[in-house]
Amino acid sequence: MNDLLRRYGPVLSILFAALTAFWLLALVVLPDLYLFENSFRPYLPISEVGGPKDFYSFDNYLTFFHSPIHIQVFVWTIVYSTVVTVLCFVIAYPLAYYLSKVARSNLLPTLFLLILVPLWVSEVLRSFAWFIILALKGPLNILLLGIGVIDQPIRWLTGFRGVIIGLVYTYVLFMLFPLYNAIQSLDTNQIEAAEDLGSPWWRTHWRVILPHAKPGIASGSVMVFMLSAGSILVPTLLASTSSRWFTEIIQQWMFESQDWNTGSAYAFMLLLLCTIFVSVVMRLFRVKLSDIAK
Amino acid sequence: MSQARRSDWLFHAYMVVFLLYMLLPLVVMGGAAFNDSRFPSVYPWVGFTDRWFVELWNDGRLWGAFRNTLFVALAVVGLSIPIGTAAAILINSLSGAARSVLYGLMVAPVLTPGAVIGISTLLFWNKFSVPAGLHLSVLGQVSYIAAFVMLLVLARLQSFDRQLEEAALDLGASHAQVLRRILLPHLYPAIGAGAAIAFFQSIENFNTTLFTRGTYDTLTVYVFSKVRSGITPTINALALILISVTLACAICYEISRRRSEKRAAMAAE
Repeated sequence: MNDLLRRYGPVLSILFAALTAFWLLALVVLPDLYLFENSFRPYLPISEVGGPKDFYSFDNYLTFFHSPIHIQVFVWTIVYSTVVTVLCFVIAYPLAYYLSKVARSNLLPTLFLLILVPLWVSEVLRSFAWFIILALKGPLNILLLGIGVIDQPIRWLTGFRGVIIGLVYTYVLFMLFPLYNAIQSLDTNQIEAAEDLGSPWWRTHWRVILPHAKPGIASGSVMVFMLSAGSILVPTLLASTSSRWFTEIIQQWMFESQDWNTGSAYAFMLLLLCTIFVSVVMRLFRVKLSDIAK
Repeated sequence: MSQARRSDWLFHAYMVVFLLYMLLPLVVMGGAAFNDSRFPSVYPWVGFTDRWFVELWNDGRLWGAFRNTLFVALAVVGLSIPIGTAAAILINSLSGAARSVLYGLMVAPVLTPGAVIGISTLLFWNKFSVPAGLHLSVLGQVSYIAAFVMLLVLARLQSFDRQLEEAALDLGASHAQVLRRILLPHLYPAIGAGAAIAFFQSIENFNTTLFTRGTYDTLTVYVFSKVRSGITPTINALALILISVTLACAICYEISRRRSEKRAAMAAE
């Protein structure tokens, strides 16, 4: 802090501190605390706010625990977000290895440019593309029927199939880039040393490359899980009535019931879920927050 | 690496399959824009038409949404660049517990679901009787986009030679001059990258905007409502235009990159 003062003087130092304080207090900490506080208060007409009925209780959270459907949706969201995270890792790992250790380095910029194209196209359009592809009479079914893999068109959009396909497509890149960064920083000599000493390819991956990639795996998993669990677009477009997502219930409280208090209780649960996931992953992979956010 | 070489063709094939997986959905979506069918589809192919583009052009709500999106994105860039840069400079001068606590706070919004950010922003400002609207969307988006700028600038600060500042101060430069002439020029690449990321993140944003926008439309929200209610292929036309613009930018970038590479190679000779 003294260092800051000496270099930039009191005026600029105060400006830096004020900008940071505005960000962290007014945009991050206080809104989240207020969300937390609101989740314990009842939903009342404006005239009764602050009146005798306005006291703290766990009622909003009890609403959740008294509703088997909401609990079920919450559990599904956790389970399928985890599935999506694992699938993204399985798809992205060979690719990250290829890009960082196998591919010719003069090809890399072009490859990355091509991979990045879907990322610049917004999420809503990416899920919409799959909405067209997965339709009952859509191109995927026509293709599969045509080459004779199936003889009945598949209803892709029932159950969680559509959601999983859409989420993996939308978020796999958030797994690929951290993995690529992590594997790229591994000295290729270490891989060659392992091979010269007679290690089969799978053991080289298991004992040399994967341990080195841990921060990348952690950061990719955290991002993919958080984005999947918090996704609104993909579940709304690619799910059926039998497969609902937790964010859709939050939306219902906020917009249809206009009950912002129960809504904030549910939103807080989603936040809690993501926080727990982050800390579990950090403990599991023994990485720090500064390793994850890169 | 003999083992790796034998399996190389497998990796190449996998890479090609992955690229197809990434790009084909976009081709299908773009193709549907030309199909003369009331629903967005490529099969059955009814006939070629350009009427979805004409309809898109005449869609007033779309142009409004487009304007709002640009306005929000520019405001987000304008706010998150100074905030993120200031935060990076501040945290770079700290060490120990204060640094890790502050760092945790700054990174946390990136790991927070957009819906939660949107709802907390809406509730918090509503307490001060600030109604929902695009201004709240801006604040909600800045809360996590500033973190991206902070991370980029912080990374750039690691390669900064602090003795330059000492020298400038010793030679009688004022504090403002040190910032403007020494530090900021070093940070410009990171700030530029931060501005680009902030701009595109803001255009992309849906979750936070949905809860804070009030009655205003942004492009993503508009497309979403359109897709949800009466699906028409105008959305495909819009998608095709966006993809084309993206591709054009990508190709321009690639050409300029190759050209500068060639120039660098020639200079090396």
